[in-house]
Amino acid sequence: MKRRSFRAEVGVFPTEDALLAAAAACRQRGVELLDAHTPYPVHGIDDVLGIRRTRLPYVTFAGGVLGLVLALWLQYWSSAVDYPLNVGGKPFDSLPAFIPVAFEMLVLCAGLLTVAVFLLRSRLAPGRRARAMDPRITDDRFALVVRRRDASIALSDLQQMLRTHGALEHWSEVTE
Amino acid sequence: MTASGSLAGEAPLITGGKTASRVTHDVCSLIERRPGPLWWPTFLLAFSALLLGVIAVAYQIKVGIGTWGLNRTVGWAFDITNFVFWVGIGHAGTLISAVLLLLRQKWRTSINRSAEAMTIFAVICAGIFPLIHMGRPWLAYWVFPYPNSRGPLWVNFRSPLLWDVFAIGTYFTISLVFWYLGMIPDLGTLRDRASGLRRRVFSFLSMGWNGSARTWSRYEVACLLLAALATPLVVSVHSVVSTDFATAMVPGWHATLFPPYFVVGAVFSGFAMVLTLMIIARKVMNLQDYITRRHIGAMCKVLVFTGSIVGAAYATELFVAWYSGSSYEQFAFNNRMRGPFGWAYGIMVGCNVIAPQLLWIRKIRHSVGAVFVLSLLVNLGMWFERFVIIVTSLHRDFLPSSWTSYVPTLVEIATLIGSFGLFFTLFLLFCRFLPMIAMSEVKTVLTRASEKRDTLEKERVA
Repeated sequence: MKRRSFRAEVGVFPTEDALLAAAAACRQRGVELLDAHTPYPVHGIDDVLGIRRTRLPYVTFAGGVLGLVLALWLQYWSSAVDYPLNVGGKPFDSLPAFIPVAFEMLVLCAGLLTVAVFLLRSRLAPGRRARAMDPRITDDRFALVVRRRDASIALSDLQQMLRTHGALEHWSEVTE
Repeated sequence: MTASGSLAGEAPLITGGKTASRVTHDVCSLIERRPGPLWWPTFLLAFSALLLGVIAVAYQIKVGIGTWGLNRTVGWAFDITNFVFWVGIGHAGTLISAVLLLLRQKWRTSINRSAEAMTIFAVICAGIFPLIHMGRPWLAYWVFPYPNSRGPLWVNFRSPLLWDVFAIGTYFTISLVFWYLGMIPDLGTLRDRASGLRRRVFSFLSMGWNGSARTWSRYEVACLLLAALATPLVVSVHSVVSTDFATAMVPGWHATLFPPYFVVGAVFSGFAMVLTLMIIARKVMNLQDYITRRHIGAMCKVLVFTGSIVGAAYATELFVAWYSGSSYEQFAFNNRMRGPFGWAYGIMVGCNVIAPQLLWIRKIRHSVGAVFVLSLLVNLGMWFERFVIIVTSLHRDFLPSSWTSYVPTLVEIATLIGSFGLFFTLFLLFCRFLPMIAMSEVKTVLTRASEKRDTLEKERVA
């Protein structure tokens, strides 16, 4: 993934309503919205920020298929090909008896792959340092990160707009 | 249960007029401050029980499982009873965290974190029993299918005992991952409030969480996907456990009813244990505003519902035994009710079917003390259910010449007490060191935020 850095203006809001209103106003003025940082998922912000729906379900499906095929192959190969053993006169390839293990492996692979891809895609890993805007974001503050481009809107106008929508404070920084 | 979380006229989910920062403060201070006066005595009691269990387990591994009361007729008894009991306890945690998430039951948010923790600890307790039962636990890795120098002799994939290995293993792994994933935002909150070593630890554990809207968007989908996987998983786990019995020819075990019967029983016993734990936790950790009467009332309704299904399953078993015309089946159930273990059958029916019916009465549902006693009774009754199923079916089988009885030894009883010690020790440590209430989720159901979301959702539907 190519990383680009932007000059950004960050506004901190006290409520999710203020955040949504400010985000809508910025968008109307043609200001590019980079991200929002919130203590809990704010519904409705995805559309304003233009976040596309994640494709994680496809990963889950792929993981499930992988686990299913792997488990069925392992059970068939070990029971019927590599070391066929007569257990109570049952057929070597006893497919119905292989279903429970196949199902469990489906769930295991699908779940683990989903979480692994989620962590990778969100750049989360044990010990990774947080690029947190403000420590209160994980408490009760809502931050909006907008791209600062002097050509489209004057910095003072942008700051004024954040303030009128209830920003408690704002500052400039360089972000990815 | 209705689909919407807050009906008009119902009590609020969270009481005490909490704001988001108040929630953060209340939950984090449980970890940041010294524990309350009740924590240490409770912990020492649990830890003593755990030590007793450690001694018992060390002794029976050194001497062998001849230290148990088993004989040639009764080859499974106390140990497998405890295994099935603990696996069952875990099921309510997954039900609360996964099924109630899919059904959008908002009351789950205050209790889901501790219920999931309960699942994980219960599965740990459960896993110990078959491990000891192997007799040579140091060879436990033989249950895994890996290329080995013994042939390679593969595991028998047709055996329900091996299905158990995969079912319990998957269940534990997925529950653990789901629990941890749900905790990452809250670990971030703890990190941002801490300093020094505590900050470094939570910084490591929170994986660099920064509350970005892009991450939240993916996070919610990831949680839904895991919930959708965990829902059939939880049904499969106790179904697989039930096949340990149902695929055998023993009268009293050989029944197609077993998978749903076991799953419902598991949910029933699990909810009873959640109630027991939550009623203790809200007192010890002072969480009356978060785990309210409404939460307890909702869980009581689940309890009376699943308890009635369990009662229907008992009746179905009896009917099928009679209707089958098989004299062995009929004898097994006659012996179960009127034989030497008839008292255990009485405890089972009294605690599981009759006692929970009191919960139809609103006054009893709203009395925390009465609910606590009933939840303990259900725990007891569900332990006896497994004991009755296992021991009464085995001790008088087809050949009267091989009939025996079964009495547990002190070693077995000490192991059971030890497993309770392990469970409560782990749970109390969890209460002390990790956020036991999902802060980021509770913040979404605080009155204002959730009201707005309800109207948003209604608009979307309309």
